[in-house]
Amino acid sequence: MDPVEELATKEYKWGFVTDIESETIPKGLNEDVVRLISSKKNEPSWLTEWRLTAFRQWQKMTEPRWPNVTYPPIDYQDISYYSAPRQAKKAGSMDEIDPELVKTYEKLGIPLEEQKRLSNVAVDAVFDSVSVATTAKDYLEKLGIIFCSFSEAVQKHPELIRKYLGSVVPTNDNFFAALNSAVFSDGSFCWIPKGVKCPMELSTYFRINAADTGQFERTLIVAEEGAQVSYLEGCTAPKRDTNQLHAAVVELVAQESASVKYSTVQNWYPGDKEGKGGIYNFVTKRGKCAGANSKISWTQVETGSAITWKYPSVILQGDNSVGEFYSVAVVNNRQQADTGTKMIHVGKNTRSTIVSKGISAGKGQNTYRGQVKVVKKAAGARNYTQCDSLLIGDRCGAHTFPYIEVQNHTAKVEHEASTSKISEDQIFYCKQRGVSTENAINMIVNGFCKEVFRELPMEFAVEAQKLLGVSLDGSVG
Amino acid sequence: MLEIKDLHATVGKKEILKGLSLSVKAGEVHAIMGPNGSGKSTLAQVLAGHPAYAVTGGTITYMGEDLAEKSPEDRAKEGIFLAFQYPVEIPGVSNAYFLRAGYNEIRKHRGEPELDAMDFNKLLKEKSKVLHIDESLLNRPVNEGFSGGEKKRNEIFQLAVLEPKLAILDETDSGLDIDALRAVSEGVNRLRSKDRAFLVVTHYQRLLNYIVPDFVHVLSEGRIVKSGGKELALELEKRGYDWVKAPAAAGAAR
Repeated sequence: MDPVEELATKEYKWGFVTDIESETIPKGLNEDVVRLISSKKNEPSWLTEWRLTAFRQWQKMTEPRWPNVTYPPIDYQDISYYSAPRQAKKAGSMDEIDPELVKTYEKLGIPLEEQKRLSNVAVDAVFDSVSVATTAKDYLEKLGIIFCSFSEAVQKHPELIRKYLGSVVPTNDNFFAALNSAVFSDGSFCWIPKGVKCPMELSTYFRINAADTGQFERTLIVAEEGAQVSYLEGCTAPKRDTNQLHAAVVELVAQESASVKYSTVQNWYPGDKEGKGGIYNFVTKRGKCAGANSKISWTQVETGSAITWKYPSVILQGDNSVGEFYSVAVVNNRQQADTGTKMIHVGKNTRSTIVSKGISAGKGQNTYRGQVKVVKKAAGARNYTQCDSLLIGDRCGAHTFPYIEVQNHTAKVEHEASTSKISEDQIFYCKQRGVSTENAINMIVNGFCKEVFRELPMEFAVEAQKLLGVSLDGSVG
Repeated sequence: MLEIKDLHATVGKKEILKGLSLSVKAGEVHAIMGPNGSGKSTLAQVLAGHPAYAVTGGTITYMGEDLAEKSPEDRAKEGIFLAFQYPVEIPGVSNAYFLRAGYNEIRKHRGEPELDAMDFNKLLKEKSKVLHIDESLLNRPVNEGFSGGEKKRNEIFQLAVLEPKLAILDETDSGLDIDALRAVSEGVNRLRSKDRAFLVVTHYQRLLNYIVPDFVHVLSEGRIVKSGGKELALELEKRGYDWVKAPAAAGAAR
C-alpha cells in the first residue's frame, strides 16, 4: 500500500456546540448596526465616530483578491455582527459566570476557576462576541499590569485605548481591518507599565459558538519602556456546514527596550474532508517596535481554519530593534493557507528573523508570502529568512512568494528555502524500529517544526505538538 | 528461529528471489554472500517487510509464525532488526527521541512498562559507553550530517539498544574504512549471544575476518547455491564468485 494514499479525518474534537441562550442581532451591516454595537458597549462618542469612519472607508474598499486562495463570494449582509451569551453583564467574580460557559471552557481544557487555572497563565476567555472571564486579574493589578477585556478597557482606561487603538493598524489598512474596526465586539487589552516584567503568561482563548455570526475581536498589547510580556492566543469553533468569518485585528506596541512575545495556536474548525464548512480566518496582526532596542516576536502554529489569510508583521522603527516571526502552518484535506509576515526595517541596525515551516497534506494548498523591506535610512539592517515546505502525498501544494525590497546598500538580507517530501524510506525506517506509520509521520513533522516549537512557551509547545498530530491524522494510510 | 522455504519475491515486476531456502537457529551467525544483483539485499528487505517487495511464493516462518502476514512494525516489535545499508535521515528528531519511541513500542508489545526519558537516557549512556559511541551522537538528529561511518555505527548502536532476536546486517561494511569496520564489528561481536541470531549480508569477505560466521551461504540469481563454514568465505575471496554461479550456469560448465 502506498503510505501516502489515504486521507481520513479524525473527528475535530472541539466541534461541540454549547447550548446557551444568546443575544444575537439580526443579520446585515449598515451605519445603524455599527451604532448599535457601539451603544451596546456603552462606548464614548469618539469611539463610535472612529467605528463609523472605518465603516465608511470599508464601504469604498474591495476584498483583496491577490491571496492564493479560492472561495465563493462572501455576502456581508448575511452575517450577524454581534452575538453574546445572555448574561446581564460581565461577571464580577467567577461564581457569577454561567455554569454552561465554565463547562465549555473546561471541555476545551481552559479552566476558568482560579484554583484550577493553569499555574502561571492568566486567561481572558472570549465567547462569541464578548469576553466572559479574565483570570488572575487581581494579582496582575498589584504589579500595575492591566489585563482585561477590550470593552472593560474602553470604560476604565479610555485614555490608553484612545492613544493606541489604530496606532499600528489604521482603520483603512485593508478591507478586513476596516471591517473589524467598524464592528469589533470585544477582545483583550493588555498594558505593561514601564520597567515591569510580566511574571506570567497572558492568554486569550477565543471560542466561536453561535451560528451565522462573524467574530471580530480586537487585541491591543502595549509594553511601555523596559517592560516585558509573553502572550498566547488559542481558538476553536464548533463544527458547522456553513463557513464563518473571523476577522480579527491584533496590535502590539513595544516602547524603548520593551519586548512583546505573541504566540498563537490557531485551531478554528477547518471544515470537513470535502471542504464543507470551516472558518475563514482573515486576520491582521502587526507590531510596532516603536522604541530603540525593543523586540517583537510572533510565533504561530496554524492548524485550523478552512482558509487562513494573515501576515503577522513587525515595523522596526526604533534603532537596534528586533523582529521575529516563527510559523508552522498546516493544511490538510481542502484547507488553504496564505500566510507569512512583513518585516519593515526603518530604524538603524534593525534585525529580523523569519522561520516559516509549511506542511501540506491531502489536497491542501499552502502559500508562504513574505515581505522584507529596508527603507533608505535603515543602515545596517539585517534579515534572515528561512522558508521550508514539507509535502505529504502528491495532491497537495506548497507555494512561496518572497518580496524583498532593499533601499539601503549596507543592509544584509538572506533568504533560504527548501521543499521536501516525507519519503517512503523514512517511514519504513521508523516502522522497522517499531514505530507505527502515524507516529512516524508525527515524529518527522515535529522534527521539521522543531525550530518553531522551541519558541513557544513550555506549556503550549506540548499542546502544539499534539495538535499537529491530530491535524495530520490519517494523512498517510 | 527462522525458517525460509522456497521463497520467491519480486520488486516491481521483476522476480529477484527464486526459491530461496534457509534455516537459522538462535545463537547462530549466518553470512549471506554473493555477487551484485544476486538478491542479498532483497532478502534483507523482504525479511523486514519493505512494502516495495512482494512475496510471491514460499514461506517465511519466524518463531513459529508466518511472517508474511505481519506489518514491518510488528516484525520489529517481535524482535527483527535490520541494520540498513543506507540509513535514512530524519531532520530535527534526535537519535535519543527516535530510539525511545521504538524502544517503548517494543516494550509495550511485550507487556512491559515504558521507560521515561530519564531512565531511557541512563540506558543510552550505558550502551554508548560499552560500544564506545560518542554521547553527543545521542542528541544529534537521526543520521543527519553523519559521516558514512557514523551512520553505520549508529545502526549497530540502535541494535544494541533494541536488543532484537534476529539481527540482519545489510552490507554494514560498505563504505567503511578499516578503523570504522573494526569498531562496527567489535560492536556486533559484543552483541552475539546464544539467544540472538545474526544474518550478515556482505559482498566482501573482509567483514567476516572480524565477525566470524558459523555458516556462509552463497546467493546467486535468487537462490542459495552453496553453503559451508567460515572457510567458504576465504575460498570465495580467493576464487571469486564465478565457480559457484547459479546451478544452470554451473551445470553447463561441467
